[in-house]
Amino acid sequence: MMTPDADNKANIQSTHSSSVAGVGSRITELFFNKIHEKWRSIVVAIPFIWLLVFFLAPFFIVFKISIAESLIASPPFSSLFDWTEEGVITVRVIFDSFLYLVEDELYLDTYLTSIRISSISTLICLLLGYPIAYAIIKSPDTTRHILLLMVILPFWTSFLLRVYAWMGLLADQGTINDLLIWLGIIDKPIRLLYSHFAVYVGIVYTYIPFMILPLYANMEKLDMTLHEAAADLGAKPMSTFFTVTLPLTLPGIIAGSLLVFIPATGEYVIPDLLGGGNVSMIGKVLYNEFNANHDWPVASAVAIALLLALVVPMMIYQHVQSKEGVS
Amino acid sequence: MKKQRSTFLFSVLCFGMAFLYIPMVMLVIYSFNYSKIVPVWGGFSTRWYAKLFESEEVWNALTLSLQIAVINATFATLLGTMAGLALVRFGRFRGRTIFSGMISAPLVMPEVITGLSLLMFFIALQQLVGWPEKRGMTTITIAHITFSLAYVAVIIQSRLSGMSQSLEEAAQDLGAKPFRVMFDITLPLLTPGMMAGWLLAFTLSLDDLVIASFVKGPGSDTLPILIYSRVRLGLRPDINALATIIIATVAVGVLIAGWIMIRQYKKQKADQQMAAS
Amino acid sequence: MTIFGFGWEIMTNETNYQDRQWLDPDAEPFIQLRGVTKQFGSFTAVKGVDLDIYKGELFSLLGGSGCGKTTLLRMLAGFETPTSGTIYIDGMAMNDVPPYERPVNMMFQSYALFPHMTVESNVAYGLKRDGVKKSEIAERVDAMLSMVELSDFAKRKPHQLSGGQRQRVALARALVKRPKVLLLDEPLVALDKRLREQTQFELMNIQDKLGVTFIVVTHDQEEAMTLSTRIAVMDQGQFMQIGTPTEIYEYPETKLIANFIGSVNMFEGRVVSNDDDHMLVDSVETACRFELGAVAKAEKGAKLWVAVRPEKISMSTTAPQSVGTNQIKGTVHDIGYLGNMSIYRIQLDQNGSSEGGSLVEVTVPNQVRPKDGKHAIDWDDEVYLSWHPESSVALFR
Repeated sequence: MMTPDADNKANIQSTHSSSVAGVGSRITELFFNKIHEKWRSIVVAIPFIWLLVFFLAPFFIVFKISIAESLIASPPFSSLFDWTEEGVITVRVIFDSFLYLVEDELYLDTYLTSIRISSISTLICLLLGYPIAYAIIKSPDTTRHILLLMVILPFWTSFLLRVYAWMGLLADQGTINDLLIWLGIIDKPIRLLYSHFAVYVGIVYTYIPFMILPLYANMEKLDMTLHEAAADLGAKPMSTFFTVTLPLTLPGIIAGSLLVFIPATGEYVIPDLLGGGNVSMIGKVLYNEFNANHDWPVASAVAIALLLALVVPMMIYQHVQSKEGVS
Repeated sequence: MKKQRSTFLFSVLCFGMAFLYIPMVMLVIYSFNYSKIVPVWGGFSTRWYAKLFESEEVWNALTLSLQIAVINATFATLLGTMAGLALVRFGRFRGRTIFSGMISAPLVMPEVITGLSLLMFFIALQQLVGWPEKRGMTTITIAHITFSLAYVAVIIQSRLSGMSQSLEEAAQDLGAKPFRVMFDITLPLLTPGMMAGWLLAFTLSLDDLVIASFVKGPGSDTLPILIYSRVRLGLRPDINALATIIIATVAVGVLIAGWIMIRQYKKQKADQQMAAS
Repeated sequence: MTIFGFGWEIMTNETNYQDRQWLDPDAEPFIQLRGVTKQFGSFTAVKGVDLDIYKGELFSLLGGSGCGKTTLLRMLAGFETPTSGTIYIDGMAMNDVPPYERPVNMMFQSYALFPHMTVESNVAYGLKRDGVKKSEIAERVDAMLSMVELSDFAKRKPHQLSGGQRQRVALARALVKRPKVLLLDEPLVALDKRLREQTQFELMNIQDKLGVTFIVVTHDQEEAMTLSTRIAVMDQGQFMQIGTPTEIYEYPETKLIANFIGSVNMFEGRVVSNDDDHMLVDSVETACRFELGAVAKAEKGAKLWVAVRPEKISMSTTAPQSVGTNQIKGTVHDIGYLGNMSIYRIQLDQNGSSEGGSLVEVTVPNQVRPKDGKHAIDWDDEVYLSWHPESSVALFR
């Protein structure tokens, strides 16, 4: 007869012998048991710290520099914190850079031009992109996938080269001028490149996929029988569009518009390559202020000003996205 | 009435696609132009391709860009997947609002701001701790990871929220601890999303000009920086050749992807038939 | 004795689930819920419920969507923790036990089969997590697959299976760990009607063989009636009635329950007299006197409803020979022909006229074929309805 103790031992042995099977799997199991307490915090912490250091901290530095004094030195700005003899930190805040921005008409002009160009471009993208997205949705299945792929495809090729392509089309001796002369519409080349027109074309061309894709995603979720229901209830196509389709695609319209408007406002490459010296946008001014004039405080102040202009649209975008995410 | 509307849609579609593709087609055509002046046709030639391949500068820039893109894509996928998991599957944790804000902000942040702030940061850091000693590949890669990880996180987030949580619950129910569940269930099912994220991060990095030109150092020109410095001064036939190669590569990649997708679709159909029988 | 080498005791007929343990005051409940409440924000999904479930039962939680049945099941599985109250399984408090350490397994509504694993690996998954020996895993998985008749499909992936096969894989995966309790979330909802009936009986057989306690969540009353030893009917986070299928159907406690399960005719009335063995009720609406089995608590003059199921009513075109209780007269208003039976809607005479009276439902088995499309009792026929005093129930709320 077994004592309870012996019985216990036998049990332990039997479980032990069964666990010998596959030492390797046993070790991984042990690893999983060990890490199971802490892993969630690790998974959160790594990207969190990365973004804190490389995304958030840099903004504070830009902010700090924007309120520093510009100096001819390296780095070309004054230190914000000075150690006094008592060991107390005194903070000197100089709003010179911001005052400079407000006083100089050039900056205010650029600021307004940027917003105007990006708003108009966004509107053109919407007017063009909406029917395209709608047409894609309405196409038969296979065609739809191909068309969608065709909209995404340019995104995978170089942005820079797509802007460059328009330099060739719009140049004085470029394809468009050649075509117009050949057709007899004009007899000598007209100025297309290095103009506002060129910048509009460039922005619409490069950013229109960002309008079409959110619209498409939004329309895809749309129940097409709603149109039939509206028609059944006596709505004409036009009124169906304004009373059913448009309100339901509003989230897509907002998301797409912001995805075009926000980056277009800070655009640098397009005004530089297609606008030349004739179009000045805020992103370009920032780059030049920084690169050519080496005035870091002013560049930083421009960055902060640009950010302020975009904070509201960014917040709206976040809000729309999070609402979309829930539904 | 209905017919009219669809002709309208059809013409918009044709115009849209022409608008998207004609500039690229012209770019390709002129790459085979003999003439040095891009828009003036001087006969068919491949001499600009030869010139392109001879240029050591181009090769160096390409190698650097590819290196950065691969490292960036790998790290961004890792970090972005972590971030996506944290946001969708971990419920509430401290700092979640800031975290989700920091994930979505880089998506809409103008590049000039990101670039400038990262440069200021690297300079400040150098003064403070002496690192990074000089800017170049490392700083560009860090900058790229920072914005690419946000894109990956968004992809992972949408995949995860579309994935039923009952699979993970089933694994737990069968005795798997949460960490084990992640390796056995969540990550295998996320693989397509992670692959898409990797590709996206890779492309974003290859495509970036503005941020890289802020945080680059002397002698660390990536391919876009090189292209930019050349085209700023006007049209260059060798750049057309380069553009053609890039477009061709992307086109081939898309064709392969399409072929794989069709094959998978067919296999799925076959499986469904098998299940029905 | 064991079957398929599983180590489960076969339940013999003397001790099978029909042994009504819940009536035995000495029986130890296997699962106990004590004051279990679950709140999601301001919404209370489950409101302080108490429940005892005994070993080997096939217990159903029945209710509409949002009644709290799924939340209750998820609390048993460990995916939700009760806001207050305690759940005991086999005498152990479960509140702090995570799902992966509970002696219960769940069959998910969507089956939740791992799409990237074969049928075999799906079933083996739980055993691997427990660190069972490889040879034993293979043995147990094989036995399980042969029990659910899927041995030929072991190497297939879930998407290569039909709905019914997937359901069986899910069942095998949950049972292979020999859980003390199997939780089933709407186990048959994804199957078509024919397969559902067949699977119902398979489930019962398996449960009978293995003796595992099953807790089934369902919104389908027919399913609950066929499967269960007992049913708990839930509404708004509370149990409305707990009982055997017969109890719930034949002796509903409230009008709500009577209406929820099957159809019922209800007549409002007041108690005229209440003797030891029978009670008399007068109904103003039907101008009729009802006789029922005695109800202890009913006092004279108390308001109540007399409930009669449609199939308990007999219908005839000839007038009864003597005037008695439980007799009403009406006209055939509607006939629903279902093949095996017909549903008649009879409009009652009101104040001598057949206009505007309330409708009574009567079901009649079609023992004789309708001739030339005409039923034995047809539209607009005058009919006399009657039922046995023991066939009706008095309801007070």
